Amino acid sequence: MLYREVGQYKTSYGADQALFPILQDRIGIAVILLLAFVGVPLTASNFTIDSILIPVLVLSLAATGLNLLTGYTGLLSLGTGGFMGVGAFACYKLTTFFPNVNIIVLILCSGFFAAAIGTVFGLPSLRIKGFYLAVATLAAQFFLSWCFIRVAWLYNYNVSASIEVPTKTLFGLAVTGPTASPVTRYLIVLSIVALLTLMAANLVRGRIGRTWMAVRDMDLAAELIGIKLYQTKLLAFAVSSFYCGVAGAMMVFLWLGNAESESFNINQSFLILFMVIIGGLGSLLGSFLGAALIWGLPIVLRAAPAFFGLGIQSATAEQASFVILGALIIFFLIVEPHGLARLWQIGKQKLRVWPFPY
Amino acid sequence: MTQLLYSIFVDPFVQMGTAPDLLAQTLWEGLVSGVLYALIALGFVLIFKASGVFNFAQGIMVVFSALTLVGLNEHGVPAYLALALTVVVMLVLAFAVERVILRPLVNQPDIILFMATFGLTYFLIGLGELIFGGDPKVMISDQLRLPGGSYRIPMLGGYVQMQKIDIAATVIASLMVAALAVMFNRTRIGRALRAVADSHKAALSVGISLEQIWVIVWFAAGVVAIATGIMWGARSNVSFALEIIALKALPVLILGGFTSIPGAIIGGIIIGVGEKIGEFYWGPLLGSGIESWLAYVIALVFLLFRPQGLFGERIIERL
Repeated sequence: MLYREVGQYKTSYGADQALFPILQDRIGIAVILLLAFVGVPLTASNFTIDSILIPVLVLSLAATGLNLLTGYTGLLSLGTGGFMGVGAFACYKLTTFFPNVNIIVLILCSGFFAAAIGTVFGLPSLRIKGFYLAVATLAAQFFLSWCFIRVAWLYNYNVSASIEVPTKTLFGLAVTGPTASPVTRYLIVLSIVALLTLMAANLVRGRIGRTWMAVRDMDLAAELIGIKLYQTKLLAFAVSSFYCGVAGAMMVFLWLGNAESESFNINQSFLILFMVIIGGLGSLLGSFLGAALIWGLPIVLRAAPAFFGLGIQSATAEQASFVILGALIIFFLIVEPHGLARLWQIGKQKLRVWPFPY
Repeated sequence: MTQLLYSIFVDPFVQMGTAPDLLAQTLWEGLVSGVLYALIALGFVLIFKASGVFNFAQGIMVVFSALTLVGLNEHGVPAYLALALTVVVMLVLAFAVERVILRPLVNQPDIILFMATFGLTYFLIGLGELIFGGDPKVMISDQLRLPGGSYRIPMLGGYVQMQKIDIAATVIASLMVAALAVMFNRTRIGRALRAVADSHKAALSVGISLEQIWVIVWFAAGVVAIATGIMWGARSNVSFALEIIALKALPVLILGGFTSIPGAIIGGIIIGVGEKIGEFYWGPLLGSGIESWLAYVIALVFLLFRPQGLFGERIIERL
């Protein structure tokens, strides 16, 4: 009885189609947004913002992108890291070509470059399915990684073969570069992520999202009811890559401050895939929960020995954290194969009927 | 422009024609690395055929088994005893995987099982480093009486250098494939394996124990991993860098088809030879390092014409 929606009548189509039809959800979201936009900047330390909050938000966005492709459209992709890299390098080139344009506009624009590349590598998806497609997307990953190293034009012929983020200002405040304060960067990341998540939420519950899900559930049947498979799959690749590209650009410009091809290698792709699966396939909330868990877990594991006063060498702790991480992934999959999002749903249901079991 | 076209379409072939011994050398090297890719792909195929699990951990099983072998030897265990113990370790691993991962996750979607093998990968990386340390190790080729040195065979007006270890690897790989083919086609266990591959439910209904079959295939994949680990380890060092080669096995896999043992071998050879030829003759045009993605592109081109790989079972989709 802690959570009840009795008596909330919907009297118009608008109310029926609202994003958050239940009052409690609206309040909850408002509280979370208020905390994130006002509470965190006032209270959190620079360290927390820089090494936990910004990474989690950026990775959540990338996970959301992959979730649109893998969770909603059922196309398994291992090229996420590559697409993020395209966004990052595109943004870097854009800042050199248009130094006076607002950096946020550039970050969002770089997503379109990633979308274009993603569409090209999505082309085999009509003929190839399942794990075969996953391996085909690895071609994208390795080819793009190779480009980030070999094509010197991408990093302006920099000797160190890495991107150095120039300082950009917005309303007189440094937004990117070494002088930007973590809080400013955090607020910008948060705004972009919130905006794009809202877009994604509306996308997946509309016509486009439904065609995606129809394709995921059975593509032959979807084709028979008049969904154009090719367009739908390519659109999924484009939108997903757009999100990944924006996440990649933010990762370099608002989080790391510099980057090389290493940041966008195959491990990054796997990491994002983990987040999506542990969080929950086909759930936007899951992307956020998964990102928080996968990013937070190693931090906790590394801090744990010191916390309990165990004097373990850092190398040993690192290796042990690998063992524990692997075991935990298996554990999570066994306990709840549908991910953290499903756990959250179950929890919500329990709260609704509490104190009764059902 | 003509210059570029010339260097793409004419020059490499001129080079091949003028120096046939170099071509033969490149082909041989491609063949050898292809055989080794094929060995890893073989482990994948075994497990995929019998349980439908896309086992990402195969690459790390290779490294883990090689590390166990070398690590045991470093602690004073004689080489052949260490080899036997490694086999036991892989058997234990097979039982553990079946009990801890496969049994609770039976009937889950493929992608969940795929992720679980990812968890296994991390687990084995951590465990291997924890027990044996993270430094690269040297494979105990001498103690195992693996042949060293090389032959120089005069051929086509030049010489072709063949490492004895490579020849041994090719022979062992062929023997192993032959043994597996016999096992699959002639023995009772092989028939059971094929039955499970066709349909889990039907196999269960005629009294085949799924658990037993899974242990057997994971153990077989483990043995293949040991052989692969020894061969790769003898060519370079034993370290977790070998993990990368597991990713090389993936294009081999899609090229040959996930379910075909001959496919794994032929796919491996096509990828290995294609990669070496591409890198040697066309690589300088693009800047080096195209080896990292060329295999995938070759596989992709094949896939566009045969979506289930060269030898994969035909995918029939019904509503």
